[in-house]
Amino acid sequence: MATTEPAWVRWTLIGAALAFMTLFLFVPLVTVFYEALKKGWDVYVAAIVEPDALSAVKLTLIAAGISVPLNLAFGVAAAWAITKFDFRGKNLLLTLIDLPFSVSPVIAGLIYVLVFGLQGWFGEWMRDHDLKIIFALPGIVLATVFVTFPFIARELIPLMQAQGIEQEEAARVLGAGGWQIFWRVTLPNIKWALLYGVILCNARAMGEFGAVSVVSGHIRGQTNTLPLHIEIVYNEYQFAAAFAVASLLASLALVTLLLKYVIEQRVKGQQRQASDRGG
Amino acid sequence: MSRTGGLFSRALLRRHTVLPGFDLALGFALLYISLIVLIPLSAVFLKTFTLSWAQFFDTVTTPRVVASYRLTFGASFAAALLNAFFGLIVAWVLVRYRFPGKRVVDALVDLPFALPTAVAGIALTAIYAQNGLIGQYLPFKVSYTPLGVWVALVFIGLPFVVRTLQPVLEDVSRELEEAAATLGASRWQTFSKVIFPIVAPALLTGSALAFARALGEYGSVIFIAGNMPMVSEITPLLIITKLEQYDYAGATAIAVVMLVASFVMLLAINLLQAWARKRQGGL
Repeated sequence: MATTEPAWVRWTLIGAALAFMTLFLFVPLVTVFYEALKKGWDVYVAAIVEPDALSAVKLTLIAAGISVPLNLAFGVAAAWAITKFDFRGKNLLLTLIDLPFSVSPVIAGLIYVLVFGLQGWFGEWMRDHDLKIIFALPGIVLATVFVTFPFIARELIPLMQAQGIEQEEAARVLGAGGWQIFWRVTLPNIKWALLYGVILCNARAMGEFGAVSVVSGHIRGQTNTLPLHIEIVYNEYQFAAAFAVASLLASLALVTLLLKYVIEQRVKGQQRQASDRGG
Repeated sequence: MSRTGGLFSRALLRRHTVLPGFDLALGFALLYISLIVLIPLSAVFLKTFTLSWAQFFDTVTTPRVVASYRLTFGASFAAALLNAFFGLIVAWVLVRYRFPGKRVVDALVDLPFALPTAVAGIALTAIYAQNGLIGQYLPFKVSYTPLGVWVALVFIGLPFVVRTLQPVLEDVSRELEEAAATLGASRWQTFSKVIFPIVAPALLTGSALAFARALGEYGSVIFIAGNMPMVSEITPLLIITKLEQYDYAGATAIAVVMLVASFVMLLAINLLQAWARKRQGGL
């Protein structure tokens, strides 16, 4: 009975898949590190400890450090409302959460320029009050928040939906308050999915290019995040330096993939538990 | 109990509940979405109203802009097509076969999600430049041509197809295949007549997701594209060019066209997913 393919078909397909993956994923990844180290270790280190590069690292850490916790608070609140309650307009809310995924990052930057830029809604008022959002840190944070905002909510919602509300109701009946229920019952049940969402959100926050590029103003040493710094150095034909800085972000991507894999195994375990309980 | 709670509980809740926190959670979520997404996004549409219909139409149909649509939509479609083909093979191989290094390959599928687009952009440019690792063996130019745009869009689209297909392929019941084999179907017949129709909606959904993502992609494309007007200039770049010339209304007009395209894709994808769920549920 033919319920699997002949060996030659299997190996041809495996070969095709691996060739495609090598060409489009593996080679670019290796290239980043190869080009970064091509001119030697000294050039590599010099490109990273240069003041502009260090200030880009700092700005990237600050921007991610603000946007990820904001999106974490939003993700938990949205998931709590959507999965623990039955209310009108729930599907609309779900669609709105996904919206940033389907908007071009360039447009994500543009919308804040239209609101806070000099020609924008609040432009003149902000100039009069000496406030700066566009071409400054707040604009970079806003753009980053926009593009990364679905990640945590999207990880939490399916899991919390599968887990249901029986445990929380039991805790309530036994006299627990709202925050007590969240910290003692819900959080332990969702912690891996939460961490998973945070990691994905962080990776995108640190690597976002298009949206941040529109609002940053590209002021060297001041409003350049790591991806923008890479662009500037690259356009100055300092390829080894550009790839050296890029290798930092590529390493972050590799760590992200590794953590993702480890956590995925745990989340699968929790989901199995949840579906066993739910029957 | 919660029925006596705040505004949202009274207006929206469909069922009585003992759980607290609905007003706080929904209130915060709605406030956040309004401030970050809805109000700024509405600025795009309000800004275009400062243009007359004729001005708007002229801005979004100049030859340079039309050339950029052709490139953006064409390259996105071609990339989604290649990803549909190889994505199906990759997903099939990962679900059905065992081979050394499978776990690493599986984890690597997500690389385009994790690797910043600017990093991918400069790496692909280096590889496909005329003196690059692969570029030097090719008889034609890839970097700084529309072909380069296509390469970058293939890179960012791959995980969408594979990750949408994998769970569906895992769910295809072995009994169906065995039944087909017992009834005398060849392996190819089983695949094309039994398995493929089951996974087709997911394949279409994954490709549509890849296409939608490619339409708005900026970071990985601008390095490899060469950005020559009329030839290798993508639409998101034109928005940035207009902004740099302080032509806010022009930038916004093009953005509206892109947004409408995105929303149409979002709707199409939702319909596809509903169809896919129905198909799976029927089996």
